[in-house]
Amino acid sequence: MSLTTNKTAESERQLVPGMSDFGFFKKQRLLALRNRGIINPELIDEYIARDGYKATAKVLTRMTPKEVIDEMIASGLRGRGGGGFPTGIKWKTCRDAPGEPKYIVCNADEGDPGAYMDRSIIESDPHAVLEGMLIAAYAIGSHKGYIYIRHEYPLATDLLEKAIDAARGYGLLGKDILGRGFDFDIRIHRGAGAFVCGESTALMASMEGRVGEPRAKYIHTVEHGLWDRPTNLNNVETYANVPSIILRGAEWFTTIGTGDVTKNPWGGSKGTKVFSLVGKVNNTGLVEVPMGITLREIVFEIGGGIPGGKKFKAVQTGGPSGGVIPESMLDLPVDYDELARVGSIMGSGGMIVMDEDNCVVDIARYFIDFLVGESCGKCLPCREGLRQMSSLLADICNGTAEKGAISLLEELGQTLSETSLCALGSTAANPVLTTIRYFRDEYEAHINKKKCPAGVCKALISYQIIDEKCPGCSLCVKNCPQGAITFKSKGKPVVIDQEKCIKCGLCFDVCTKYEAVAIR
Amino acid sequence: MSKLRTEDLDKIVEQTKKSLALKTGGTRAKITVHMGTCGVSAGARKILDEAKKCVTESGAGDIMVTTSGCAGLCSREPMITVELIDQEPVKYVDLTTDKVRKIFDEHVKSGHVVEEYALVMGREQVL
Repeated sequence: MSLTTNKTAESERQLVPGMSDFGFFKKQRLLALRNRGIINPELIDEYIARDGYKATAKVLTRMTPKEVIDEMIASGLRGRGGGGFPTGIKWKTCRDAPGEPKYIVCNADEGDPGAYMDRSIIESDPHAVLEGMLIAAYAIGSHKGYIYIRHEYPLATDLLEKAIDAARGYGLLGKDILGRGFDFDIRIHRGAGAFVCGESTALMASMEGRVGEPRAKYIHTVEHGLWDRPTNLNNVETYANVPSIILRGAEWFTTIGTGDVTKNPWGGSKGTKVFSLVGKVNNTGLVEVPMGITLREIVFEIGGGIPGGKKFKAVQTGGPSGGVIPESMLDLPVDYDELARVGSIMGSGGMIVMDEDNCVVDIARYFIDFLVGESCGKCLPCREGLRQMSSLLADICNGTAEKGAISLLEELGQTLSETSLCALGSTAANPVLTTIRYFRDEYEAHINKKKCPAGVCKALISYQIIDEKCPGCSLCVKNCPQGAITFKSKGKPVVIDQEKCIKCGLCFDVCTKYEAVAIR
Repeated sequence: MSKLRTEDLDKIVEQTKKSLALKTGGTRAKITVHMGTCGVSAGARKILDEAKKCVTESGAGDIMVTTSGCAGLCSREPMITVELIDQEPVKYVDLTTDKVRKIFDEHVKSGHVVEEYALVMGREQVL
């Protein structure tokens, strides 16, 4: 076998692009995912070799809990689960809250459709999450931690279990950690799949064995959380960011991101954010980018644009609680406050790209229907309001909506945001309200002209043969499951019987050579 | 495993870095199979088996096969990263067992990057 020399490496480099020439990787900066693809998540030694548990050693030997909290406040790190609450402030409130014992909880109940940031962080680097929790525990004065992870993540759960065992074996969890007299241990709690259990109070109710329903939050969970004790709940990504902040310092962290957090932790969005970039985009995947990057850079440079030369339409951020952002706002810098300003939210990091073939009414309907199924039913605006919105949207998609449907949707949405108990309800209308705000003409086309401009809503479209283009090859005739297309003769266009057509779209899909089927 | 003291961390860092480093660890090549949920569902287990088989068949004792999490580009899984001494790591995408065999023969054994399956070379910007 020949040894490779530097010379070969040089000559190969021109043929295969380097990271800095490759759109998908070029603009990414990995903090929470610093070990992705590099370490074996099952081997604790590999984590330690990349400065793992060094931050733990630092806080246990050289920092007081107060110093840890001050460092976190100064870093400006805000909750990555979507809320964007400053992590350091939360830790401080929890530390100051009366009552013992205190609990540390990690929210890994990631349920937004199309979002899988937390899963990937755990699968790449489970110890980063454990270490973040450990540092939080030291800062707050807690000795017991829980990870609430959804049952649908078997690999992540398995890796977490192995990581916890390995950390216990090394004495990095358990009694007298690193011989410094601090005790902390972590247990895994599996969620059974309810979306609402990602909400802090519902999550804690579920852990206590009660029905996963949220409660009013004028009593904060940092004061009265799990088993009525002070509880600090952060998201997976938040914890994964903690070790590097402690090791490299808050000042380093604040060089990344937007705004100024020196006087006010709400003054900016610091660090990076992990997004799962999915939908109509060439590079589907998990990206970690500095805050302040524009949506355009994410979609077109990292995501590589829209497949098939189609036109970009909108991007949906923040899952069912988020909003749809149109092309005119693509130059928006991604941070908590900017996204909120345009009616969306940062959310946990789901980012769904849509092209001209997506109907915004259909998208809004999808999210509302998802939430109808996931609403816990505790309070009326969410339980009944969502049902009403769902049926109004169905009417619009079916062409049976009456004039006034849009204002009724807006009114319902407004009521939902103002009167719901928890964030599931109060943000549920966002997909509808933002699509109305930015794509009102599409709603109006559905209602007034009975047309779906994107050609998605089955009741409002028909498949038609473009006679000039159709050579009568009969491929569509063979594929039509209803026998609705009649072959006349070679060279003559085929004919679709609209009475028999069920609008499955197969004829459109198979006619790629002549493109003789049109959606009208 | 014994319980660690703070000073033991540095020892682990040193030992692990030494055993993982291609020069000092007695390893000439490292094949990392990306096995997050996305990779596994796209067939990464077969890729891992094939890579291990290639190594066993070749009888080489200086090639390491290891696993890791998702490399980020979920739509192009299964993916592997191949790293040789003195060469930047190369990421291969959309793999099949046949492609792995070819990469093993040409890149791992002989040091020639298989351009047609390679996506990108180098390391990501970390921290």
